[in-house]
Amino acid sequence: MKIIVCIKQVPNTTDVRINPETNTLIREGVESIINPFDMYAIEEAIRLKERLQETVEIQTLVITMGPPQAESALREALSMGIDEAVLVSDRAFAGSDTWATSYTLTEAIKTLGDYLVILFGKQASDGDTAQVGPGVAAHLDIPQITFVRKIEKMEKDCIVAERLMEYGYDVISSPLPAVITVVKEINEPRLPSLRGKMRAKKAEIKKITSDDINVEKKLLGLDGSPTIVKKIFSPPKKEPGRIFQEHELEDGLDFIVKTIREQNII
Amino acid sequence: MNYFLTEEQEMMIDLARQIAQEKIKPVREHYDETEEFPWPLIEDLAKSDLCGVYIPEEYGGLGDGVFNLVLVVEELCKVDGGIALALAASALGTFPILIAGTEEQKKKYLPSIASGKKLVAFGLTEADAGSDATAMKTTAIKEGDHYILNGTKCFITNAGEAEIYTVFANTNPSRGARGISCFILEKGMPGFDFGKKEKKMGIRASSTRELIFNNVKVPKENLIGKEGRGLIIAQGTLDASRPGVAAQGLGIAAGALEEAVAYARGRVQFGQPISSFQAIQHMMADMATEIEAARCLLYQTARTMDANPGKRTTKESAMAKLYCSEVAMRVTTDAVQIYGGYGYMREYPVEKMMRDAKITTLYEGTSQIQRNEIALSLIKESASKKK
Repeated sequence: MKIIVCIKQVPNTTDVRINPETNTLIREGVESIINPFDMYAIEEAIRLKERLQETVEIQTLVITMGPPQAESALREALSMGIDEAVLVSDRAFAGSDTWATSYTLTEAIKTLGDYLVILFGKQASDGDTAQVGPGVAAHLDIPQITFVRKIEKMEKDCIVAERLMEYGYDVISSPLPAVITVVKEINEPRLPSLRGKMRAKKAEIKKITSDDINVEKKLLGLDGSPTIVKKIFSPPKKEPGRIFQEHELEDGLDFIVKTIREQNII
Repeated sequence: MNYFLTEEQEMMIDLARQIAQEKIKPVREHYDETEEFPWPLIEDLAKSDLCGVYIPEEYGGLGDGVFNLVLVVEELCKVDGGIALALAASALGTFPILIAGTEEQKKKYLPSIASGKKLVAFGLTEADAGSDATAMKTTAIKEGDHYILNGTKCFITNAGEAEIYTVFANTNPSRGARGISCFILEKGMPGFDFGKKEKKMGIRASSTRELIFNNVKVPKENLIGKEGRGLIIAQGTLDASRPGVAAQGLGIAAGALEEAVAYARGRVQFGQPISSFQAIQHMMADMATEIEAARCLLYQTARTMDANPGKRTTKESAMAKLYCSEVAMRVTTDAVQIYGGYGYMREYPVEKMMRDAKITTLYEGTSQIQRNEIALSLIKESASKKK
């Protein structure tokens, strides 16, 4: 039985810059990392295996869709203790939106054999959509529990998990297989070990292209993506506020009244 | 500088750097202030497999020797010289078993040391037996299948925290230095206790305590090597372990230089970064040159040792320890100088580096003892040359 983790390689920066002419991310000079939320998913997969391995034989598997260089993200996951890695990569997948990505991933996952659960980070730090996990669940027509902060119970055919809500949390039980997306409260990801790194270096990574999966080609990549990005822009930098001291009270009040008048608020 | 490291060694360094940056750096000040023993970090190191890099594979380790230990200790010490000491001191305590232990002793103790589950401490020093180890008063008297140990060791790193202790005691006081023997003790043996925890200038995350033996009954299987061979084992151990202290000094120095250069680039005085002043530039240049020279000496020493197992390397080992520790003291002092008044404040990392560096010129033989060893080797080499 497999526990599958879907990960994404993202630029290592919270200060993502955008090319204003092409509306695409500027990737030059930015190091690539595993999406930080996916690190929690990887850790949880390893912990679930440790928890379950006495009763069920578990193989953990990490899968990503991306360019060939995304292999380094897979090797990092292997160095932490994941058993196998799969790279879904093809020029035909380029430009996929969340729909086309979840469709492609779904078809790739269907080729991997039986699985108990598919784990995702709650969202990727570059696109921030939080849609691919739920999208895969919909395409596979299996249940999903999003924003999971704790897996209370997991057996061969059932899971009970806590879903983080704005105020408190829900306790949800679901049959398996299911899709789980996790939040950072769920665990603290481990560092790789030296033996893990050595193993990851030598490990063979399975590659899946559009020819290996049962897909309609017109539903792949940019052509298969119903989302059209009309415009991406860096938000304008916020002007710093003005601080008036106590003795400047009158000036301050004048400034406030003047400003809100100018903005036609009053 | 290209040191022609293997891919495996590069991985060790990467991993040590990641642990140092992600796990140790955020809490180094905490452990320095509180003097708590950093168990959570030791557990991180254990999980990383780095505790066994110098232990042979057949005993659960990863490698072939001192050079690996040097690389890991250096990298960890760039961020904190006190926390990594638990690992380096454990190696010091392990070397007697590696050098002179029986197959049974190796099989029994090394795997749990390699996996990081157990720490080790080395018990040689006594209050009146520092540089002169032969003056030790701890005795081990044979009674049937056991030795009965009595006495007190002091300044023992990892004491109280370690599970395994390699301890030196005199089995035949009438024979002086030739009466010293080496034993493996385990925490919890009746009569084996720990004394006060020392309050130190630096390396405050490490535990330094007394070992107190009050009629401790040690099975004769725990004797390492033969009776009376203890001092030779201790000397061999120090030959093997001094590169670890050198690596600690080198790492602290390299870490201090990195901090100092970054600070000098950002600190503006007289309208420009202080890194643009030649007075600062020359200090940085000297620091970097000395560090690189120290590294060359240390790496080559460690490689020589690994390539010639069983051969005494007292001179080279002492040279590496002497030079690296003296460089550590000079470089960290200059790093504080570059920081100016801020460098003296505990809020900034370099004052701690200077405090941590000092110990490397003192323990496992002071700088003066290293010079004695080097000079003695020179004289012996000269005397043994055919005229």
